[in-house]
Parts: sequence; C-alpha cells; structure tokens
Amino acid sequence: MSRLHVETTVNGEAAEFLCEAQENLLTALRDRLGLTGSKEGCGTGDCGACSVLLDGRLVPSCLVLAAEARDRQVTTIEGVAEGGKLHVLQQKFLEHAALQCGICTPGFIVAAKALLDRNPDPSEEEVRYWLAGNLCRCTGYDKIIRAVLDSAAELRKEIA
Amino acid sequence: MSALLKPRSEPRRNFKYVGQRPIRHDGPDKVTGRANYGADFTLPGMIHGVVVRSPHAHARILSIDTREAEAMPGVKAVITGADIAQNRAQVSMGEGSGDMHDVSENCLAHGKALYHGHVVAAVAAMTLTQAQAAARLIKVQYEKLKPVLDIESAIAPGAPILHDHLRTEGRAAGAPDRPTNIAARAVLERGSLEQGFAAADLVIEREFRTRMVHQGYIEPHACVARYSPDGQVFIWCTTQGPFQVRGACAAVLGMDLGRIKVVASEIGGGFGGKTTIYLEPLAVALSRKASLPVKMVMTREEVLRATGPTPGSRTRIKMGMKKDGRLTAASVTMHCESGAFAGLAHRSTAMCCLSAYRIPNFFIESHSVLTNKPKVAAYRAPGAPMAMFPVESLLDEFAQKLGMDPIDLRLLNAVEEGDAAPYGPKYGPIGYRETLQAAKSHPHWSAPLKPNQGRGVAAGFWFNAGLNSSAVVTLDADGSAAVVTGNPDIGGTRAAQAQMVAEELDIPVERVRPSVGDTDSVGYTDVTGGSRVCFATGMAVIQAAEDVRRQLCARAAKIWNVEAEAVTWSEGAAHPPASLDKKPLSLKELAAQMARTGGPIIGRASLSAPAAGPAFAVNICDLEVDKETGVSRVVRYTAIQDAGKAVHPSYVEGQMQGGAAQGIGWALNEEYRFDAEGKMENASFLDYRMPVASDLPMIDTVIVEVPNPTHPYGVRGVGEVPIVPPLGAVANAMARATGVRFTELPLSPMRVLEGLDAKG
Amino acid sequence: MQTARYEAPSTLSDAVRLAASEPMAKFFAGGTDLLVQVKGGVLDPTLYIDLKRIPGLVGIALNAEGLRLGAATPAAVICEHAEVKKLWPGFVEAAHLIGSTQIQGRGSVGGNLCNSSPAADSVCGLIVNQAVCVIAGAKGERNVPVEQFCTGPGKNVLQPGELLAALKLPRPAPRTADAYLRLIPRTEMDIAVVGAGVSLTLDASGTCTVARVAIGAVAPTALRVPAAEAALLGSKVDEAALARAAQAASDAAKPIDDKRGSAAYRKKVVGVLVRRASAIAAERARTR
Repeated sequence: MSRLHVETTVNGEAAEFLCEAQENLLTALRDRLGLTGSKEGCGTGDCGACSVLLDGRLVPSCLVLAAEARDRQVTTIEGVAEGGKLHVLQQKFLEHAALQCGICTPGFIVAAKALLDRNPDPSEEEVRYWLAGNLCRCTGYDKIIRAVLDSAAELRKEIA
Repeated sequence: MSALLKPRSEPRRNFKYVGQRPIRHDGPDKVTGRANYGADFTLPGMIHGVVVRSPHAHARILSIDTREAEAMPGVKAVITGADIAQNRAQVSMGEGSGDMHDVSENCLAHGKALYHGHVVAAVAAMTLTQAQAAARLIKVQYEKLKPVLDIESAIAPGAPILHDHLRTEGRAAGAPDRPTNIAARAVLERGSLEQGFAAADLVIEREFRTRMVHQGYIEPHACVARYSPDGQVFIWCTTQGPFQVRGACAAVLGMDLGRIKVVASEIGGGFGGKTTIYLEPLAVALSRKASLPVKMVMTREEVLRATGPTPGSRTRIKMGMKKDGRLTAASVTMHCESGAFAGLAHRSTAMCCLSAYRIPNFFIESHSVLTNKPKVAAYRAPGAPMAMFPVESLLDEFAQKLGMDPIDLRLLNAVEEGDAAPYGPKYGPIGYRETLQAAKSHPHWSAPLKPNQGRGVAAGFWFNAGLNSSAVVTLDADGSAAVVTGNPDIGGTRAAQAQMVAEELDIPVERVRPSVGDTDSVGYTDVTGGSRVCFATGMAVIQAAEDVRRQLCARAAKIWNVEAEAVTWSEGAAHPPASLDKKPLSLKELAAQMARTGGPIIGRASLSAPAAGPAFAVNICDLEVDKETGVSRVVRYTAIQDAGKAVHPSYVEGQMQGGAAQGIGWALNEEYRFDAEGKMENASFLDYRMPVASDLPMIDTVIVEVPNPTHPYGVRGVGEVPIVPPLGAVANAMARATGVRFTELPLSPMRVLEGLDAKG
Repeated sequence: MQTARYEAPSTLSDAVRLAASEPMAKFFAGGTDLLVQVKGGVLDPTLYIDLKRIPGLVGIALNAEGLRLGAATPAAVICEHAEVKKLWPGFVEAAHLIGSTQIQGRGSVGGNLCNSSPAADSVCGLIVNQAVCVIAGAKGERNVPVEQFCTGPGKNVLQPGELLAALKLPRPAPRTADAYLRLIPRTEMDIAVVGAGVSLTLDASGTCTVARVAIGAVAPTALRVPAAEAALLGSKVDEAALARAAQAASDAAKPIDDKRGSAAYRKKVVGVLVRRASAIAAERARTR
C-alpha cells in the first residue's frame, strides 16, 4: 500500500507524516504525530472531542482527511498554551471546576478559543449555541459556560 | 489496622481545607491534553484487535470459519468462543457480585448470539485496517431465531426463550418450573394492601414506561493487553475498577489473579458503565495467541449497539391517600427489560421506589426480564430513576387533586430518622425534610411563570455503598505527602482525597500529591461507583493520614525520650508533655529527620465500610412547551441535595449538575430505538440525543448538609442520587404546562403533541 | 476498505478528468457527509477528489445580478458574510443550521445539496430563492434550477463525472425577504424532522405579489407548495391567509414514518412551520 507524504504546520511548527488516503486528520495527529490531546468520541462529527483549528477555523478533525493538512496550519489543544503559560481559558476551566473526567475538555477549549478569537463579548446564549457541537456528559455544561464567559471578560480586561 | 470502622460519636464540623475549592491536581494535564485515557497508550510491538459482531438479534451459531482471516497477511491471532471456556465463577463486580458466566458469555458468545452486536469472534493484526479487513473474512453460519424485543413479548406464554436453563430467581412459591425469560423477581411488603386501600379517600392507578438509555460517556471503551511468555499479564484500560477488571479477567480466562496487573487510565466518563468488562479478556486472549501486545478500542457505534444501557421499564402502580394527604397504601409491579442476561434492577427498583415515604401498607414486586438486546450495565443509581419516577408522578397528581402544594404533600409523608426503609433497616440521620424545606424556601419555587410554562418538583433517593477500600499516605522529607488509592477518579475524588490528607496533617493542599494506583501498588479496592469513593475510600485516606500522625508523634517521642502516649498533636505539630520544656516539632521538621529517627513514614489503612448514609435530593424544573409542535425547553432548573459534608463543593455541585443533565436527557429525548429485527436504529450521537449546551440553562445548586454519623467528616455519597429526581421533575413540569399527565418517557415532541391532541 | 488515492486538482477540467479515470471516485468539499458514510461502511471510494483548491469552488461573489456561491464554500463563510445575510436572511439561517460550529467550518451548501437528503436544510432556502445550479462536466457547464436538482433520497441529476461548481441566486426584488424554520427535538445538532422555507415579495400596500414556499423532510425531495403560495398571493399575509397556507402545506406533504418522526406528526407540524416562516418573511419584507 502506498502512503502519502504530508508536510504541514502543527501548532506553529513544521510537521510531516505518512498517511493513507482515507485516513482522517485526527488519526494522523494522534498516531503519526503523537498528539493524543484530541480525542475520538464518535468519529462522525457529533461530539466535538476531536476539535482542532484548520487555518484558524474550527473543524472536526475526524471528518478532515489527513492529506488535506498539506500546506495548512493546524492548531490542536497542545498548541493553546503558549510556552509554559496556560491560556486564560485553560486557567478559568481549572478555577471554575469546569471539568470532571476531562475527556471533552480539549475539544471545548479549542472550540471556545475559536469563539473568543472572533467574538470577544459573547452572550450566554451565543456561547451555548457555539459550543452545541461539543458534548459533555459529566458537567451539565453550567461550569463550562461560566468559565468561557469569565475568560471572555478576562481577555477584554487584558486588551483594555 | 481495624477492618471494621468504628463510627465517631459526632462528625467533625470545623475544617481548614475540607470545604474549600482547590484546583484539582489532575486539572492542568486535562486542560492541556496531556492526560492519558484508554486509547492514548501504546506498547512496543503493539498490534490492533477488532471484534466480529452478530448481525442477528437472536441466532444459534452453527459454525465459524476463520481460515481465510488467519491466512491474511498481517493477521497474528483469531479467537472465537472455542478459545474461552465457559464458567460459573462469582466475582465481586462492585455493586453486587457478577455471575461470570453471563459476563463471559457477553464478552464472547458460545453457541448463541443473543443480541444484534453480540461478539462472536475477534482478530488481531499488524494494523487496524488489516484487522478490519480480516474481520470481514471471518465466516459465521447462523440459524436465525425469532427475537424477543419487548417486555410483553418476553413474558407472554410461548415466547422464544433466550436461555433454556434459566428459571426465575426469587419466583413465587408454587410457580411452574419451566423455561422463562423472567430472570429474577424481588418482593418487599408491609402491612395489608386491602386494609390500606380501604382506608384511602383517594386512589390513583397508572402504568408508566421508560426506555433503555445509555450512560453516554464520551470516551469509548479501550484497552491494551500484553500477555508475556512467563504468563504475566499487563492490562491498561479505561475502567471504574482495576481490581474488578483483574478479578473478572482472571475468572473469564481461567488465570491466576496474581498474574494479572491492571493499570487504570484516566477515565473519560463511566457512570456505572465501566464497572464491567468487554474488550479486556479478548485483548488478553489475542495477545496470548499473538505473543504481542494488543490494543482494542470501540467505536461509538459499538458502544451504543453492544455495551450496557440501563433497563427499560414498565410499572403498574396504585397508591391510596387520605384527603388530609397521608399515604395509606401502595402497590407497585415493575418489569425491567434487562437485555440478554439477568440484571440486578429487580432488587434496586424494589428497594428504592417507596424509599422516601412513610407508607404503612405496601406490596412491591419487581422483575428482571430478558430480551434480545444488549446486556444492561449499571447507570448511576441503577434502578432508582425509573422506580421513583412513577411515585413522584402520582404524588404530583395527588397534590393537584387535593389542591395541595406538592412540596407540602411530600413533607407530610417524608421519611425521617428512625423510620424503617422499605427494605428493612431503620434510617439513621437523613436529610429528606431538609432538602424539601430548602426547595420550598428557594426563590425558584415562588418565581412567576410565563405563558406555556409549567413547574415540576420531584425527589430522589439512593442508598450509597460502602464496600472495601485501601489507602496509602507517604511522607516526603520536605514535608509534602503522597496519597495513593485504587479508585479511578471520575468526579474529582483525587482533589477531595488531597484535601482530607491536608486536613489531617495540616499541610497545604498543594503539598499533597494524590494518585490512582494500579492493582500491584495498593490494596484491594472496590469500584469507583456506588457514590462510595469520597465516603469509603475517603475514610481509608483519613485513617492512613491518622496513621502518619501517630508515627510522627512516635518519632517526636523518641527525640524527646518520652512515652509515645505523652505526645499530643495539634495545629500541624507534635507537642511535648507540659512537664518537658521543649518546643513543638512541626510535621516539616519531623519529616526532615525521618531517616535518622526510624526510616520512611508510611501510613496505611484498609477497611470494609458500612453502607454510606443515604442521600436525598429534590429538583425543581421549569419547562416551556410549544403546544403546536410539542417541542419543550428547560428554562430554569434547581437541584438540592443532602451531601452530609461537601469536601470539595465545586465537585459536589458538578455531580448534581451532571446528573441533572443526564436525567433531563432521559426524560426528554434519549431512548434506544430498535427495528423489527432487533437492530438498534439510532446507534450514533446524531440520533441518540443527549443534551447539548444550548438545550440547558444554568443549573442552580443548593448543598444541604445533614452529617452522616458513620463518617468522620459526616460525608454522604453524592454521585448517584442527582440522576433520580429529574425524570419526575420534568414530567411533572410537563403535566403542569400542558394539563396532560404523561406516563411514558421520553417526552419527545411527537409524544407530547399526540398527548395534547388526545386531550383536545 | 480498499487502498484509496487522494488528489486535490487545481482546475475544474483536471477534476472532471480524474473522475472519468476512476469509477469509484468521489468528489468532496467538507467531507462531512462523505467521511461519515465511509466510516459507516456505506461507501468505499478508491479516489477522493478534493475540490477546495479549485478557484471559484470556494468563495462568494456578489454583484448587481446576485450571488455566485462556490459550491465548496464552508457554511461558516457564508454565515459570516454580512451582505449575504442581509439579502437572504432565511437562506443564511438555513445554511447556519447545518450541524455544529465544527461542521459549519467544513460542510458546504453545495455538499448539502449534492448529498440530496430529503431533510437537507439548505434546499428549501435555495428553492424559494430561485437558485440555479451550475454543473461542470466533461462537456462543459450546464445550468439546472435547484428545484429540479434532487430527484429522490440521495439521488440527483448529476451524471457520472459531473460536479456541482456553483450556485447562483438572483438579487431579490425590493420588499422581498425569506425565512427558514426547521423542527428538531433539541436546540441543535439534529437532522430536520420538518423544514419550511418561504420567500415573499410585498408591494407598497403590503400585499403579497410573489410567494414561494418549499417544505422539506416530508417527501422524497423538498417540495414546492403552489397551493400555499396561492393562499398567500394577493393577501396581506394576515391570519386567515397564513392558516390557509399552513393547511395547504400539510395537505401537500407526503412524509414517511422513520426513526426521527411519524408521518402524522410531520404532516401536522409542517403546516405550523409554513405559517410561522411566512409570518417572519412577511415581517422582514415589510421592513425592507
């Protein structure tokens, strides 16, 4: 079987891997690049646990072919913290106890980051609808929403 | 170390670290994607395993031809039922012992496929793609049998029988001895139904139905197993109970317990569904044949098709009440659809349904009924939600008919300390009244409602387990400590354990490192489940920390050359007797001298805890209904619960909110749908509809604390009761909003519209 | 699963030629239907042809005549376009409802149309806005009104080797506005149990002069409902007209029972949605 050679950028660093044509980006990230922070919860785009940014846009990596990453920028949960410093979202998730088992947390943080990158002052409803594609079974979403709203407020203060 | 706990006379009330909200120690790894879950693990040389599943809901397996699969390049091992002997061992699986014959049969069928998706073979190959291709080459010959797909069909005379040998456990005296699909029966009774109903002014009788629903953990089952040439087995898996995995695999595979080491990964949700085994023995058997480590991960479709949902139910209930609101009698007949193997719901449903109320006369009869559907597994307070939903609905109806406030009606009938539970023992201090009072005085209860909105209230109960736990606390030379237990951390128990050690040793929480040990690193521990970790394992942690304190005092005594009994401990330091003119020695100072005063200090404890104090909860739900489409939205929700003592309030709130969300999903949209052949129609998160963020409002919480005297801090289990009240709360809100009393869940838009149309 | 190839051609003719060379080739844009079907074992392509690097397949061109929407444009891009949202609020609403935010980052209206599900959210919005499909093939381009594109569940007029390149929507006349509503049990993430799209043009007196009504998930393809349109034409879109339009929609619907809803339920609710969508479209048109 012949494999494709894909050169791409992941979390700001050049990366490359070999993959089969029908392999999805999630598998390539986890199994080829060792970036296991993105999770498979369903493989059909219904749970958000595999969320990554592709050229800055929030996508379900289980429904992106690995080959499509060629010449594109991929951001995963591993790239959200800058150097050793947690992103405000990560810090707020911890403070608000917005995670229990934590399996959905990487997807939520990537998705919330995509929201706040676009809309620095979302309403509770806007946050809930933006994150409707991220399933959580442990928290009932309450503390997650509070953490995201608090992060937005914190980021607005930093810019002000 | 004492094996049985001696309860303190009065739980402690003043705390420095317990009751605070520290950042959980595993948090940073989880928010950065570093935490390792079941599928995040590899071993050198690892190959990949997949299973072959029955396409028929009920069939005899005539033959399995694996030759073509075995010949495929890259394939290293193929197994079928022939590779795993059937057995009848009993192994403790946590909340009740598991009959290993059923567990083993469920992992890999012998002779009969009992549900669509039942595993009949497994194959391991160098790559996942090869394994999947090989699986398609395995040829299975079936003789299709008629499937049984609902309770009525299963109990009807002449029904197709799933297990020829099965007879009803607990069947009534004089019941005929012939094949049946009723696996078990439980009965509880008190007084005289005849007298009780005769004394009633008002009698309501209804039939309720709920469907099978899944725990819905976001992380599918996953494991890596390595069978070494010397017969040692290593298993990495996502589980609520590494010791249960060890015991069950040993029993299923006929291996010595002591040859198996299980390491629990971080767990991506369980809710009871990961207290059993599915892939693990298969991975071990494949590894044994392949002489290579084998990784197996379920797809979401497999999780929904073939892992244990909670039973569906049919309840016929009749209750009698005097016009002053006091209950006089109750008759409850339940049938729980348990899938292809006997479940335990007959017992817990019988125990829970009337647990919250004083009823002088009752007769409860509950059955586990088999159908050709996946084997049920525990789901958060197993049995209680569907058992209490009918009772909470009827109480709401009584309240309407009598013109009484539904909370007042419950207060009138609520159980108190000293009342006998339906299953026998007297309740100790319990907080049902307190939670009802908190609900009544909560602003939610008196807030105005808008048009098309209705408000429902309902209660819940769960006994909470005790079971066995072990803990080790070690001290480091810099005065920090590590605590190891055997319980995978689902809800934040590591943080709570760190707080307990901090409390007992008076060191900051950040200086305590909590972790989950594998089956070789810590003594036997029962599952993370039964709402028992904070209670029972917490007790072991506290005792282990006390052990450390005793040893520290002994070291100080040695340094001061006094009797150990003369040394006292307070405020984080050992204090000399008053007669001695010496300054106290702090934990840090003593720890620094450990090596010179006798060696490392390790505190340990193991115990068999009594049942944790029962927990009660009350939920208030406001529902807004679109009467033209039947679509409804939860617009406000409040959960109130007695936690005894909340060690980490944020994580107690988290349990309350998470359980409420699951219960709301169960009440409104979640259900297993099967076609006429017994194939699940909605085996994906698209059509198995769990609540999403936009479906829910903020979930307000109130933690009531009625201390549980069997725990040093007064802790009660908190993890399970949250899922019990929502079914009643949502259904009662629907009744108030629409004027229609729905007795069947889920309250999907279609069902609601049909109900509204029927009402006219 | 057989060994497959992946290609990302940069011209339409390359794409068409690749498809002609491989019988089990599949075009894709966002892949949100294709990859789900592959995972489910329904499809097993030998060649994945990625359309997203072809100029014109991804992009929005808006001029005096109207909109030319690249068929592979992610829904999220459409929804972020302020001018498109203003001119066709209902169509954008429909596009925005296709799946989650993550799906929106990938899934395209073109793909939604080509998947040809009877419940596809974008189709009603395209029909009532008189969209035209620009189809590219070996013999060049051809135009097909979107109403004629889907022919049955999962079936459409694309011939082997053809692909949908763009959708054209004519600029709406003054006092014209559209709306789209769908019925789902949750607030998000579900496939439409029922869908209704409406576009209305009102004259200066508020009388409806043009009405287009399309209903989805109640027949093998989305349906125009001429009787509902007739009920609204010439009216001030008052309660009585709305009620007649609703009844006409219920009568025209030919739904089936399936795991997402019963025929009876769909028939009833489609009328409710047509009434509500018509009211919204009228209100929007009045304020233009």
